[in-house]
Amino acid sequence: MIRRIFAILHARNLEFLRDRATLGWNVAMPLLLVAGMAAIFSGGDRSEYKVALIQDEAQAAAPAHPFLDTRYFDFIAMERGEALDRVANHQLDLAIDFGAGAYWINPESPGGYFAERLLQASSGPGEWVRQPASGDPVSYVDWLIPGILGMNIMFSCLFGVGYVVVRYRKNGFLKRLKATPLRPVEFMAAQILSRLMLALFVTLLLYGATRLLLDIRMEGSGLALFLVAVLASISLVSIGLAMAARVTSEELAGGLLNLVTWPMMLLSGVWFSLAGAPQWVQQLSNIFPLTHALTAARDIMLYGAGLGDVLPQLLILAGTTAVFLTIGAAMFRWRGA
Amino acid sequence: MAAAKPTPILAVRDLVKDYGPVRAVRGISFDVPRDCCFGLLGPNGAGKTTTVEIIEGVTPATSGEVLYQGKPAGAAFRQDSGVQFQTAALQDFITVRETLEMFHRLYRRRADLEQVISDCALDPLEKRDNRKLSGGQRQRLLLGIALVNDPKILFLDEPTTGMDPQARRNFWELVERIRARGKTIVLTTHYMEEAQALCDEIVIMNEGVIVTQGAPEQLLKAHYKEIILELPESDLAEMPPEFPFPSYRRNGLVEIHTDDANEAITRLSGAGVPLGRLNIRPYRLEDLFLDLTGKELRP
Repeated sequence: MIRRIFAILHARNLEFLRDRATLGWNVAMPLLLVAGMAAIFSGGDRSEYKVALIQDEAQAAAPAHPFLDTRYFDFIAMERGEALDRVANHQLDLAIDFGAGAYWINPESPGGYFAERLLQASSGPGEWVRQPASGDPVSYVDWLIPGILGMNIMFSCLFGVGYVVVRYRKNGFLKRLKATPLRPVEFMAAQILSRLMLALFVTLLLYGATRLLLDIRMEGSGLALFLVAVLASISLVSIGLAMAARVTSEELAGGLLNLVTWPMMLLSGVWFSLAGAPQWVQQLSNIFPLTHALTAARDIMLYGAGLGDVLPQLLILAGTTAVFLTIGAAMFRWRGA
Repeated sequence: MAAAKPTPILAVRDLVKDYGPVRAVRGISFDVPRDCCFGLLGPNGAGKTTTVEIIEGVTPATSGEVLYQGKPAGAAFRQDSGVQFQTAALQDFITVRETLEMFHRLYRRRADLEQVISDCALDPLEKRDNRKLSGGQRQRLLLGIALVNDPKILFLDEPTTGMDPQARRNFWELVERIRARGKTIVLTTHYMEEAQALCDEIVIMNEGVIVTQGAPEQLLKAHYKEIILELPESDLAEMPPEFPFPSYRRNGLVEIHTDDANEAITRLSGAGVPLGRLNIRPYRLEDLFLDLTGKELRP
């Protein structure tokens, strides 16, 4: 029995090791991830909390207060309006106006709770006036749900299409289709529509369930949100198709798709805001369609933005779709090399 | 004035295919006449599958051209041709009927789907998942897919590989019925018996070139004036001395190739060889195939 197991193990190892492209991605991908994470999150003590110092007062007051010496806090100078918005939507834990002796907190924020306790511990009695973040505070769940919906669309569209196309190519189904009048663009359109229908159906189910069970916030138009979901799905499917345009190995396809999904999941604001991240990281995140989809979805759901407000994001998603569909159609092969 | 030669339904001209430094097809040319069953034969690695796939449009040629009804094969050819690959994956979780319907919708010109299902004996399998088909059933479905557009020219690539003898005979009958409707069939096969039973004309390829072409019976007549005497090796351990005819040992038999059967039998009898199990037969396509392509195993 052991001999048979080792025979299979040996053959499988040879297969894997001789598939240089797959091997490369399987080794390079984790290394790239680690390097990326190190670049983003390293740099001395990693901050656990983010606090805005409302800009006009920050310069004078910052050196004087012991709270500002607290470790693991990022203190970010910021204008009042932006600071209060970010506290309200969980991108910041606290906003402090030293001049006015006031701080703003989102009562729903776990980070805000701890930051407030530390601020009070390092301050004298009655030193601060506590203010809830303006208006109806956005809970973390409200902020998170668009990210979850977006992540579901991302995985469904990228892996659901990429893997299927590679499998079809590998097992010869695409070769069979090539002997018919079907054109690549028709095949790709069918894949897009099929995945779009599935992704939207699941997204609608998820949205309905979260509305029903969690009573999540929805300030804007459902139709606008639906349009964002449609464009996000198509743009992500087109990326999946472009990545799978020539690949014949599911393992290589997995590596390529992971190369896209992991950075997108970490840097597009699915789980946490990048407000405190270095500027270059924030700029890097803008290359991902999911970043723009989530920005538009959160603007619509949390702040009631209309189609006109999210038009830039919609145009970016449409542009991404056009670029990757063109690349995918140009590179598409019915058969492997 | 001589009558103009009819345009062949398919003409292959100077076809070359290179895979890196290896030249798999070396500038071959042939015509496929209308309404015939045309066989493309050759040992493994002869270049026949590459040739057929270039004609089908699924593999690009390095050079040369394929003409369909006198014009470069293009969109019209895809509409008019049906292809049954030797192996082709189908979608999982899809039934036989759903698969046929999907391919049916890809063509402008369409056959009566019920007729296709009936012709291919797929009626009892209509609702069966593709994954649950036996080898023979799967081949019938692949043939059904190749027929959904009522093709003028049908390509069958090793269609009976893996079938049991009954299924193979049934498949031949089916191919005969299709051919009787005026279809041109291009058949690639390893089975010489199949080629001899079905083909009006054959091409035998070896190492990327055509070694002979013509109707099987004419080729046999042209190549052989002799007949073959077969005896079990156990009855003929050694050839009689000064036996004038060539002999070969193959599959436990001694084959004696002769143009004078009486003389050969007289000499065998005179040498005391038992002739109770003697078999006299004409040359078959398999003999021609082996003589032209060699008898050694291909790498």
